[in-house]
Amino acid sequence: MKPAPFAYHRPNTINDLVALVASCENAKLIAGGQSLVPMLNMRYVIPDHVIDLNRIESLNFIRENNGAIEIGAMTRQCEIEHDQLIARRAPILQDALRHVGHLQTRSRGTIGGSLCHLDPAAELPGIAALYDATLHIAGPRGTREVNIADWSLGYMTPALEPDEVLTHITFPLWKEPHGHAFLEIARRLGDFAIVGVGCLLALDRNGAIARAAISLVGVSTAPVRLSDTEAALIGQKPTESTFKAAAEHARTIECLEDAQISASYRQRLAGVLVARALKLASARAEITK
Amino acid sequence: MTEQTAPMRERITLTVNGTSVEGLVEPRQHLGDFLRQNLGLTGTHLGCEHGVCGACTVIVDGHPIRSCLMLAVQADGANVTTVEGMAKADGTLHPLQAAFRAHHGLQCGFCTPGMLTTLHAFLSANPNADESAIREAISGNLCRCTGYESIVDAALAAARIMQGGA
Repeated sequence: MKPAPFAYHRPNTINDLVALVASCENAKLIAGGQSLVPMLNMRYVIPDHVIDLNRIESLNFIRENNGAIEIGAMTRQCEIEHDQLIARRAPILQDALRHVGHLQTRSRGTIGGSLCHLDPAAELPGIAALYDATLHIAGPRGTREVNIADWSLGYMTPALEPDEVLTHITFPLWKEPHGHAFLEIARRLGDFAIVGVGCLLALDRNGAIARAAISLVGVSTAPVRLSDTEAALIGQKPTESTFKAAAEHARTIECLEDAQISASYRQRLAGVLVARALKLASARAEITK
Repeated sequence: MTEQTAPMRERITLTVNGTSVEGLVEPRQHLGDFLRQNLGLTGTHLGCEHGVCGACTVIVDGHPIRSCLMLAVQADGANVTTVEGMAKADGTLHPLQAAFRAHHGLQCGFCTPGMLTTLHAFLSANPNADESAIREAISGNLCRCTGYESIVDAALAAARIMQGGA
């Protein structure tokens, strides 16, 4: 239960970081360390170099810019959980964070770490998918952007070259008033999600659904957006029968199966949670009208 | 893997329970082992060492963290409070410790340091926490003796005393 020896590096700037990453073979980047250190302790990973991002101040920020929330990759989950700007502008992040690990892991865990680790059950990538977030990457060839839809290349594999780093994430905010909901079923609070559902919903002047976004975590290797369901909701009144139809849609998605949880149980939960999330989000949207 | 040579060591300086300490650590040593092995502060218990049980919780710069998931070298410059730092110098127990005793909030005692440090940090930030908030706060701390009821009772009793400025 102790890591194998490694060399430790602690850069202070993004430039120093990019240079280090390019020059170190078999290196791991440590952000909050809440997933990496267990893997080091159990020697699932045995890197020669560990590069610590914790002293790079410029990777830690929360700000609003051009109608979007921008969050630095090294911003801690507990900071986002208690941030006033996030509470006002993107409160669903805080609803989701309540389900991310525990009090002690959120003290260290970061948003960038969660997005790069890309656990199938992770809540924060699901919220990024909900907002069509953009991920900003730095590397020796300069900077580039990746849309969240293109971020997962497969099981726990982000679209990040070995010499690249995630610097920040942009969440474009909805201009129209809307409601939100994040609901999750896990065996205990803080355990990995069996299914988690995030939902944003805007109503028009007549009370019909004008815009909807639904994303699911835990069901597949990456967050799943229910684009067809979202499209079918437009123009509908937010009633029980509308939510039920959306739930039927959600139950048809392909789901992962593991030793504890069958795919059909995940599908069932996906349906139940989508209906509940739509109901809660539409009630909240009513208030914003 | 590169060939094994003498392990690289890093010098760190941090404050532990109000006292400045120095250490020479291998980068792979986690904070929990540093506290126990280098400083002899064995009040911090190591259970699972992969971030599940919560027994090793200590307070770093005001936040409760799992000391098995933070490298000692990362605590360079940090302010750390362990369970040994909760009672007063004259031995007077912290209200949480006194409440754990009064309400039978422990049996074998293995999870206790993690429970105490987690609740210390949580109640300091959330003095008006109710029962469900307290249960949520200790959801990352496993206890196999008490069934949690007596721990929650103790935390609620301590919260009332801590609000009173004790």
